[in-house]
Amino acid sequence: MKSELTLLLGGLILAAIPLALAQQTLDLRLPRTVEAGSAFSIQSAGSGKAVVYIVGPGQVLRRDVQLGTAISFAPGELHIAGHYLTVLVGGSSTENGAFDVTAAHQPAALSFLAKPSRVPVALHDGISGVVYVFDAFQNLVLAPTQVSFQLSGVAGAVQTRTALTHNGVAWTKMDSAAKEGGSQFVARTGDTASTRVIQQVPGNPCHLRMSAHPSGERLVVETEPVRDCSGNALPDGTIVTFTEAYNGGESTVDVPLKRGVARTDMPAYSGATISVATGVFIGNEIRWGSVR
Amino acid sequence: MRKPLVLVCSLLAAILALGSDQPAVRVGPTNSVGPRPLEKQTQTAVIRDYLQAWRTMSGALEQNRADLLDPDFIGTAKEKLADTIREQETLGIHTRYQDSAHDLQLVFYSPEGLSIQLVDAVEYDVQILDRKALVTTQHVRARYVAVLTPTEVRWKVRVFQAEAE
Repeated sequence: MKSELTLLLGGLILAAIPLALAQQTLDLRLPRTVEAGSAFSIQSAGSGKAVVYIVGPGQVLRRDVQLGTAISFAPGELHIAGHYLTVLVGGSSTENGAFDVTAAHQPAALSFLAKPSRVPVALHDGISGVVYVFDAFQNLVLAPTQVSFQLSGVAGAVQTRTALTHNGVAWTKMDSAAKEGGSQFVARTGDTASTRVIQQVPGNPCHLRMSAHPSGERLVVETEPVRDCSGNALPDGTIVTFTEAYNGGESTVDVPLKRGVARTDMPAYSGATISVATGVFIGNEIRWGSVR
Repeated sequence: MRKPLVLVCSLLAAILALGSDQPAVRVGPTNSVGPRPLEKQTQTAVIRDYLQAWRTMSGALEQNRADLLDPDFIGTAKEKLADTIREQETLGIHTRYQDSAHDLQLVFYSPEGLSIQLVDAVEYDVQILDRKALVTTQHVRARYVAVLTPTEVRWKVRVFQAEAE
């Protein structure tokens, strides 16, 4: 029984030797990391022909190779960042390995999302900018990268912020300017920049005052130029509502702003009360009898 | 009476665990996702759609069918995976990705709500088949960074990239 066991163990060891030798001949030496798009090589030991596979979700390569030589990959051949399995198959032996392809350090493209495209003036943190930094192969650059944001327009001081990317993304918030008009919102890293246009529009009305004067049997009511709290004229088309209350009755007229003012005529009832509003903002009130 | 019941329950749990293809999923705390608070519903939807994207990718790379990517991938992530499928097809290669564990961390939710980024410490097995012959099976641990963006009905993966650990 003992001799049978010795014989069996000896047989197993003898059988394992050629297998071990065969595996040694497929020694595979890989770089730990490769920068996307750069040239690199894999060292293999042994002799004879083999096939090398480099496999990841982003790219797949298969190549017939001569063992014992360096397997070279040209610049640009492997350019998608990710984790790659490497398999060397020669005869009945297989050698496995893995390495990582990292994004190129040089940013080449910015995915810049600036919101909103139209914003009321004088709004604190009213504009947001988010930047994803990519290399020339559309790999997200995960190494921390400095990004500068600049908001400049026809009026107001230039605002500048800098941020460091974390996992390839940087963001900021900016105040909208006090004056209406277009602003350039620029994100920049190195020589790469991306620009968005932010339109700053007047905010809510802050000043609404009307006057009235008779015109025959009617009463002409007209606002002064309607402005927001920063003095910007509200855009034409903004609806202004005139309401006249008299003897328990009421009539309402909606008028769009034209050249900054709203104007209409209403029946001239003695003792009528006329009020004006736009949105939720209420202007002055006129009692017609007292005016006359 | 109690002992056989426990035995049956344990056996049932073991059978269910063995028969299940669902990966183990752990989600880290989401108290620092940046400028926008993350609602529970959004978090649930993002994780559900991201895990579904793994299943979709697996099926697409195994069958070499880029059209399967449409429901869950968009932009560069979809283009890169579609390119890989074309390369596999040309070379006569198929790959099987079977994810077994995800350790997810939502790391950034953009201020306007139009992108969300997560980091996934994932474990999966990869089988490489050359003209239907199995070349190798490898177990992989990797760290993936994914960016998802909302579409009409779901979040889609726009960036999908493993990084060096």
